[in-house]
Amino acid sequence: MDAIILQVLNGLDKGSAYALIALGLTLIFGTLGVVNFAHGVLFALGAFCAVTLQAFFSASFSTVDESRTDFLGNPLKVEVPYVEAWFGETVGGVLIDWSVPLAILLAIPVMAVVGIVMERGLIKHFYKRPHADQILVTFGLAIVLQQIIKYFFGANPIPVPAPDAFRGSFDFGVMLGFDPFTIIYPYWRLVYFGFAAVIIGGIFAFLRFTTFGMVVRAGMADRETVGLLGINIDRRFTIMFGLAAVVAGLAGVMYAPIVAPNYDMGMNFLVLSFVVVVVGGMGSLPGAVLAGFLLGIIESFASMGAVIALIPGINQVIIYLVAIIVLLVRPRGLMGRKGVMED
Amino acid sequence: MSNFTRRRLLKTSAVAGGALALPTIFTSRAHAFTNEPTGDTVMLGFNVPQSGAYADEGADQLRAYELAVEHLNGTGADNGMLETFRYADGSRTVLTGNGILGKRVEYVTGDTQTNTDASRASARSMIEKDGAVMITGGSSSGVAVAVQALCQEAGVMFMAGLTHANDTTGKDRRANGFRHFFNSYMSGAALAPVLANAYGADRKAYYLTADYNWGYTTEQAISEATEGVGWETVNKVLTPLGQGDFSSYLTPVLGSGADTLVLVHYGGDMVNSLTNAVQFGLREAQANGKDFQIVVPLFSRLMARGAGENIKGIFGSTNWHWSLPDEASQVFTRSFGTKYGFPPSQAAHTVYCQTLLYADAVERAGSFNPCAVVEALEGDDSLPGIDSASNRGFVFDGLGNGPTLYRAADHQCFKDVLVVRGKEEPESEFDLLEVVEVTPVAQVWYEPDHPQFAGGQLGECNPGA
Repeated sequence: MDAIILQVLNGLDKGSAYALIALGLTLIFGTLGVVNFAHGVLFALGAFCAVTLQAFFSASFSTVDESRTDFLGNPLKVEVPYVEAWFGETVGGVLIDWSVPLAILLAIPVMAVVGIVMERGLIKHFYKRPHADQILVTFGLAIVLQQIIKYFFGANPIPVPAPDAFRGSFDFGVMLGFDPFTIIYPYWRLVYFGFAAVIIGGIFAFLRFTTFGMVVRAGMADRETVGLLGINIDRRFTIMFGLAAVVAGLAGVMYAPIVAPNYDMGMNFLVLSFVVVVVGGMGSLPGAVLAGFLLGIIESFASMGAVIALIPGINQVIIYLVAIIVLLVRPRGLMGRKGVMED
Repeated sequence: MSNFTRRRLLKTSAVAGGALALPTIFTSRAHAFTNEPTGDTVMLGFNVPQSGAYADEGADQLRAYELAVEHLNGTGADNGMLETFRYADGSRTVLTGNGILGKRVEYVTGDTQTNTDASRASARSMIEKDGAVMITGGSSSGVAVAVQALCQEAGVMFMAGLTHANDTTGKDRRANGFRHFFNSYMSGAALAPVLANAYGADRKAYYLTADYNWGYTTEQAISEATEGVGWETVNKVLTPLGQGDFSSYLTPVLGSGADTLVLVHYGGDMVNSLTNAVQFGLREAQANGKDFQIVVPLFSRLMARGAGENIKGIFGSTNWHWSLPDEASQVFTRSFGTKYGFPPSQAAHTVYCQTLLYADAVERAGSFNPCAVVEALEGDDSLPGIDSASNRGFVFDGLGNGPTLYRAADHQCFKDVLVVRGKEEPESEFDLLEVVEVTPVAQVWYEPDHPQFAGGQLGECNPGA
């Protein structure tokens, strides 16, 4: 029982990331009809917003401490972060410590601009082209963006710690009456799950309860009619692309303390998120969220020792197996509209 | 024929051309051996990971290669370990900082991407296009074994960089290949007594192991050695290279009855798995009435830096550390530290040594011919403490590990092994590991046909031509 609870918890954080990325993918596919292979790299860009802000706050100048020596016997150079010199050690320390949550403030405008520039500058020219062309151009764009990240940040994972207050882990087992140390879960992953829930809730509320959202939903259902009604649907769709980029970016920012950001982290998530979209149903937002969490949890069950002992390597392929079965049995996906991908 | 486009034509002809060009790599014309240097320069190929999970180690190795080239050419700020390098009889190396056999050393670099195909492609290009007469590098044993086999076929020397799997000088040993770095068996032999001493002889261990040859041999070496001191192995789980998030592999550990986790991971993987393990509370946990412990068999300072606070108090083994007090280590640390502003890693140290050892062997042989170089590196000396019929080879000193034997039987170096621990109170950002014990070579040596190394044949040296 404890192992099952543990794997469900385990699936939640990965599932949250899948759901957030898949949500953005679905928004773009549903509104613009574009299959965006550059979406994973937007997730990575978000994570690197956290890296950048941490580096910015940690930027330091060196002073020489004559009383100590370095490894070569020269006087020791001590690095002092500018923020600590300007705002005092306490405020500076807090800024550095909280750089990941603060990076959300940086990521929102950055990702919105990146998304809008991407859509206006490149993807717009591919609306009328076949899906294969769209995939090629967005995939190419993803490779270019990845290499830009690699150029500036190098090829190595860069550890970005969560704020001190959220380090460490939480003993769920004791709370539920199990022995201590049977169900342990890091605080930051709980935070991530909560954060994802808020974002997902926000997107759904935005689409359901605002006029803008209503127009977008109408556009997703029938673009032409909405255009005939005199509504500039293109502009709204551009904004939706920006919004999808922001969602992917925020998912990346908060994921940085879970796995140290690496320039190619986006690709891993991209492929899985496409599977999530397909399983959930192309164009279905609730489907994307449901499938995200479902696949996250299935994946974590498949990595249990007992399961791997039974079928070696199952944890590596389980998601694709599920996708194959869903495509065979129900090609429109779990919550896809009838007719989508079935003609 | 309408879809036989220009692009397709180009592609087809490129493939065909490549296929036709392939066999010529291995057949040089009018030379005594592959890529015989005829001008006033000699070309070396430095093949290291510049991307992927081991890129940090690769970058540091490149720095050390550049430093070695400066020292060999006599263009550096100092002469580095050329000043300390000694033979068995105590005499100085024949290297004088005037290139190798009077030829100026030039080099090309390649990116192995920590991937056997990519590493072979880049080694092949260095041999074929750039005329490299020696390839060196590694940082993944999978890569080292693949490139070593390629060099054997091509008839050039392979001086292995950081590669720790038993296989490199075990079942996959080759006559043209030599390894200065220590190996999995030696880590197990050095670590087991220290672990038993620190954590007791009654421990149940759980292994998370990188899924390639280094992981397999290290897992085997550590489990056999610790079982020898009374530990029990509860479970062994393979993890893919470059996994990123190890949480799903870590969560079953606490419920498994184990009280010790052995992370057979290196580089970026180890940084991620250890960080995840700490996030999941493994270092605060209790199991079987004892404090839960984590062991990392192969440690490096670069990994310690990546893992930050998490590394403190954790045991591992290492080939070399910059804080060693001997003259050679200090000279090398000063030379590297002055040029780059930070101390060298074990990866940097081993490749620097390999470059010097190669150059020295060429000088002594009087030829770049791989067969002559192999003969010079094989030697017929013996090392005090492990003097036996099978332990004959080239003995040297003054490269930072004390007296060292390059054993002729399998082309493996034998020297003392360092057991280290993450330092609790670091004095600087580089002061991350403390040397707990220098395990003497007599405790870590083995016969060339030891079961963990069995099945390999050096074969004949191959000069190519």
